[in-house]
Amino acid sequence: MKISIWYRLDILTRLLTPFLLTLALVILNIVPLQIPGFSTVVPLLPLMAVYHWAVYRSELLPAYGVFIIGLLHDIFSGSPIGINTLVFLLVYGVVLWQHRFLFGKSFVIIWLGFAIVSAGAFVLTWALNSLWNYSVLEPRGIVYQYLLTVGVFPALAWVFMRWQQFIIRQL
Amino acid sequence: MKDHSHSISRIAAPIRNVTQRFAFMVLLLAAVALMMFGKVDGALMERLRANVTDAVTPILNVISKPVVSFNNIRREVQGLLAVREENHRLIEEKARLLQWQAAARKLDAENKSLRGLLNFVSDPQASFITARVIADTGGAFANSAVINAGERVGVRKGQAAITGDGLVGRVTDVGERSARVLLISDLNSRIPVVIQSSHARAILAGDNSRRPRLIHLAPGALVSQGDRIVTSGHGGAFPPGLPVGVVASVDDKGISIEPFVDRSRITYLRILDYGLTGIVEAPPIEGAAIAMRGKKIRK
Repeated sequence: MKISIWYRLDILTRLLTPFLLTLALVILNIVPLQIPGFSTVVPLLPLMAVYHWAVYRSELLPAYGVFIIGLLHDIFSGSPIGINTLVFLLVYGVVLWQHRFLFGKSFVIIWLGFAIVSAGAFVLTWALNSLWNYSVLEPRGIVYQYLLTVGVFPALAWVFMRWQQFIIRQL
Repeated sequence: MKDHSHSISRIAAPIRNVTQRFAFMVLLLAAVALMMFGKVDGALMERLRANVTDAVTPILNVISKPVVSFNNIRREVQGLLAVREENHRLIEEKARLLQWQAAARKLDAENKSLRGLLNFVSDPQASFITARVIADTGGAFANSAVINAGERVGVRKGQAAITGDGLVGRVTDVGERSARVLLISDLNSRIPVVIQSSHARAILAGDNSRRPRLIHLAPGALVSQGDRIVTSGHGGAFPPGLPVGVVASVDDKGISIEPFVDRSRITYLRILDYGLTGIVEAPPIEGAAIAMRGKKIRK
C-alpha cells in the first residue's frame, strides 16, 4: 500500500497539535482581557497543558517541547528567564515519574494530581522568584492564582480530551 | 517478524530510556543555567526578550483587537443604560468645573506674568508616541505590559508611559516594533516622587500588589490619607509633575498608594519623550514628527 504524502503530512500535523495548542495557550495567557483585577490572578494555562499531555500523551509533547514552552512563557510574561522553564520541566518530570499511578485513573484523581503537582509548582516558582529578587514575595496573589488555575483545569482538560478523541485518537 | 521486533524493542527501550533521562537532565541544567546567566548578564536576556516579543507582535496585535472592540461595545451599552444618571452627574460636574476653569485662567495668567518677571526657564516640551497594549503579562510575579510600538517609532528605554489619568510605568525592554512597560506596581519598579502638598520626596516602590508603597520618605515629613503623589523628576528620565496616585492608607506597615490608573482599563498608552534620556540630537519638536526624523537620519 502506498501512503500518499498528504496522508503523512496530515498525520504529522495532527501529532504536532499538542505542542501547538500549548504554544497557543502561552500566547492566550497574555492577551489583555481588561477584566478588573484579573491580570494578577490569571490562571496559568500552559502549566495545565503540560500536565495534561504528560499524563495522557507524553510522547507527543517531549521534554524539549516543554522546555521551549516554558522559555517562551518566561519571555512573554516578563518573569526572570529560566524560572518557568525549570518549573514546567519539573512538573513534566514528576508526572512521568508517577505515570503508572496517574494513567488510566478517573478524572477526579487526575484533577487531584494536578492540584498537588501545581501546588508544588507554584511554591517553587514563588521561592525561585523570591530568591531572584532577594526578597520574600507577598504570597496572597499567588494563592489566588493557584486556586484559579486548579479551578479552570477541568474546563481545559475537557477540551483536550475531546481534541484527543477526534483529532489524535487513531494515530 | 513480530518476535524479532519485540526483542529489538526489549534491547532498545532501556537505551532509549537512558538517553531520554540524560536529555531531560540536560534540559533541567539548561534552565538553571539560563536563570543564572540572566542574573549575571541581564542585558543579553533583555535583548532576547525584546527580539522574541517582536517576532510575535503581529500575532498579539491581531488577537488583542477583538478584546478591545468587545470592551468598547460593553462600555457603550453600559453608557446607554446609565445615560440619565450620567447626564445629571455631568451637569453638576460642569458647574463645578466652570468655577475651576475661572480659577485656572486667573492662575495661568498670574503664573505667566510671574515667570516673565523671573526669566523662568521652562521645561522642555514633550512629544508623544501613542501605542496600544497588546499583552498584559499577568501572574502574581510580574507586572508588565507589551505595547505595539518600538525603536522604529522612537520608543526608548526609560521613557515614562502614561494614560490620561496618570503614570502607568516605565519602558524597560525595547524591540523594533514592540516594547515592554514595567508597571509601577511591579516589584522592581522604583519611581522618585513627591507628595504634592508638602513637597516631601520619597520613592514609590511596587510590591506586586495593587497598591505600591512609599519608601525612603524624608524623616519628619507629614503624610495623610488623600495626599496627591506626583513624579519628582529626580534622577532620571521622568519629567516632574506627572500624577501618580493618592495616599490610600498610612499605618505601621507603611504608606500605600492608590494609583490613578486602573490597570484593567489600560487600552492605549502614551510614551512620553522629553528628550531627557540618550543622545539628544536637537531640541524636541512637536508630536510624532521626532520619531520620523530619527528614522530618516538612521537610514
